[in-house]
Amino acid sequence: MTDNASVSRQICGNFANDKGRLMDILLGVQAQAGCVAPEALDEIAKSLSMSRVEVESAATFYAFFSGAPRGRFVIRLCNDIIDQFQGMDRIAAAFRAELGIEFGQTTPDGLFSLEYTPCIGMSDQAPALLINSTVVTKVSSDMVRELVQTLRTTKNLEQLKLTLGDGNNSHPLVRSMVNNNLRERGAVVFAPYTPGVALQRALSEQPVELIRIVKASRLRGRGGAGFPTGMKWEFTRAAAGERKFIVCNADEGEPGTFKDRVILTEAPGLMFEGMTIAGYAIGASEGIVYLRGEYAYLLPFLEDVLAKRRAAGLLGRDILGKSGFKFDIRIQLGAGAYVCGEETALLSSCEGKAGNPKTRPPFPAQKGYLDMPTVINNVETHCAAARIVENGPTWFTSMGTKASSGTKVFSVSGDCSRPGVYEIPFGITVDELLTRVGASDTIAVQVGGASGRMIGPSEFNRQFCFDHLATGGSVMVFGKGRDLLAISHAFMDFFVEESCGYCTPCRAGTRLLQERLGRFLSGQAETADLDYLEKTGKTVKTASRCGLGQTAANPILGTLQSFRSEYEHRIKTNGRVFLSSFDPAKAVAVASSIAGRESEHFGTQKGGVKQ
Amino acid sequence: MSAKVAFTIDGKTVQGEQGQTILQAAALASIYIPHLCAMKGLSPWGSCRVCTVLVNGRPQAACTTPVAEGAVVENDTAELKDLRSSLVEMLFVEGNHYCMFCEKSGNCELQAMAYRLGILAMRHPYMFPVRTLDASHPDVMVELNRCILCARCIRASQELDGKHVFDFVGRGSRRHIGVNAATGAVGTNLKVTDKAAEACPVGSIVKKRVGFAVPIGQRLYDSKPIGSAIESGRAAKG
Repeated sequence: MTDNASVSRQICGNFANDKGRLMDILLGVQAQAGCVAPEALDEIAKSLSMSRVEVESAATFYAFFSGAPRGRFVIRLCNDIIDQFQGMDRIAAAFRAELGIEFGQTTPDGLFSLEYTPCIGMSDQAPALLINSTVVTKVSSDMVRELVQTLRTTKNLEQLKLTLGDGNNSHPLVRSMVNNNLRERGAVVFAPYTPGVALQRALSEQPVELIRIVKASRLRGRGGAGFPTGMKWEFTRAAAGERKFIVCNADEGEPGTFKDRVILTEAPGLMFEGMTIAGYAIGASEGIVYLRGEYAYLLPFLEDVLAKRRAAGLLGRDILGKSGFKFDIRIQLGAGAYVCGEETALLSSCEGKAGNPKTRPPFPAQKGYLDMPTVINNVETHCAAARIVENGPTWFTSMGTKASSGTKVFSVSGDCSRPGVYEIPFGITVDELLTRVGASDTIAVQVGGASGRMIGPSEFNRQFCFDHLATGGSVMVFGKGRDLLAISHAFMDFFVEESCGYCTPCRAGTRLLQERLGRFLSGQAETADLDYLEKTGKTVKTASRCGLGQTAANPILGTLQSFRSEYEHRIKTNGRVFLSSFDPAKAVAVASSIAGRESEHFGTQKGGVKQ
Repeated sequence: MSAKVAFTIDGKTVQGEQGQTILQAAALASIYIPHLCAMKGLSPWGSCRVCTVLVNGRPQAACTTPVAEGAVVENDTAELKDLRSSLVEMLFVEGNHYCMFCEKSGNCELQAMAYRLGILAMRHPYMFPVRTLDASHPDVMVELNRCILCARCIRASQELDGKHVFDFVGRGSRRHIGVNAATGAVGTNLKVTDKAAEACPVGSIVKKRVGFAVPIGQRLYDSKPIGSAIESGRAAKG
């Protein structure tokens, strides 16, 4: 094990002891020393002139940092519901057998750690996992044996024999087995792209004219919230601040979403171009891409794209000869925290802090990154903005519906024959999409991921667009035989794990909802529990501080509305018991084990409850 | 003098000032909005959510929402009382609160809030978490079983004492108050005279050896419910 303190000191030095870069410093220490140990906290605090507890606050917030040493190879198996349905348990069992450890443990030789992780953005090629930052997709039990053997003998990730994926996934700087599964290219994001064309056009206009163009296009944020992009730019331009920032939210963590992964792989230039145009429009010269830690395998490639853009005069000073216009972009890597997809939590993380959402107002347009006016747009939104400037607002509004112009990039996963990425004009119905993706016997579609809503066949005639079925892109298809409450329960597990814990309803309420929903799955629910779920769900939705908490009860509130019978038929109807959730056999289990015999009245035989 | 802002709370007109929060303006107008994490003299935080009100029909935390001209605020309604009770009960069940053994009893804002809201039993099941007690400091005890994660100690230490003794550590249900030393509170520069040592609304950060100096029965909330000072107009004068 490398010495934590000296590694920390050196890495802090690499970042000029800038506390704003704490995320990068912690990532570096974790990667080099295998953990962020107590000595590292002391050393980092000293080097950055911070309080130790402030460093600890950030270091304990993110899933990718650990206080105790992790193995040289950290295997993170994705436990998203799609992966669960595609055989995750078999893979987990294979790892347990092969490594002789449980999840959450490290092998005695210090070589392997085994962990679960929420959606890693590979639902279209599940089951999937990460080994450090290497992605392995469509994992089989045989592959598990092979992976472990290779790593045991070679101790080198490069030695894994992984078939490279399509497109830029086989680029020398990516070399990943990920496949794009890009099924339909639309006119906006995935159309052919020539670097600099949109930017050249932008620089020939006045900044305010660009804002007018984007407003005229009626472009709305593609991340899910749908705020009008032009207005956001206008507010930020008007706000006072000595520096302004353009931030790109590439923290795609919503379960079942992976379209940004494909955009980052195949159209990163367009995204950077959109950011540069936004910078010109609002008067910013600095941009940040917040890339989720799970997509670290794309980082060298993206850095190279940036380097090439600098060399081509598309970034840096006097861009494309426009005297006085400078703009550059840095990539901030995340470290495993879904809440950082919430825009103000993302800013906290960029500032090197724990990813706590900020109090609003003020909004990022007034006080964002470093309290300076900041535009935050989704990956897809930046791409769309560049195209709008290139082709004009009328071209854009000719696609989609009146309130939802342009195309939407969908991530489709689950029970269908063609999972993957589809760029389709807004307004397509669920039925049409299901046909295109090869889904049949669909009993439910989860629109918008865990924070979205589950709909049944009676709503499949509805359109995807901002005023009907809004989605950041996640479409999970569930076919005949899938247990819908098990899906909701998996989503509640997700929120419990990903809540930042700042506010009461989200921190405690999600756990209470998870527990109560569990009673339906274990056959201990009673009629009054329906009312409890409804009321507590509403409390969490109403009182939570940020978008995570406000949507965290959706898996329950949505299914209570659309699939109530799923709950009702599981209610225990044993009229002889007062409180079904109270299990006498379980309650006397410890006493029974001490006595060395089963209770005559409440033995497991009678209660029928497994220990 | 800041610009005047007129709005209503439960139909009563309130004159606030630009830059105030709804909670501040309400207190000055002798209207009590139940709250726990908000504390006079500390920056707004908005974590307990007990001060949730409806502003023009939308739920907002009164402690972080600025006053706005013409805003219609609903505070004292049956629905909000139920919502607040549910939140306070969440705080009770996610910690280990044994009022009958706690030296803070009678001076505890969480306990007083439960009485004020008329909470008799918890609608939520107890979680009985395993939490730590740090008695290492000679004069101050940090007892996390009773912590409601309001961050008043964190803010008081930074904003009033000019120190950084406390901060949050961990995420989600693992979030807890950490201290600025690997050795516990004794390793920090916390002094018993610090504002941070008396900012805690519950019995989580208490001074040693003075726990029962004021007998039960003569304590802050023993005869009058929490919020009485605001309602009687004392907050407006003070």
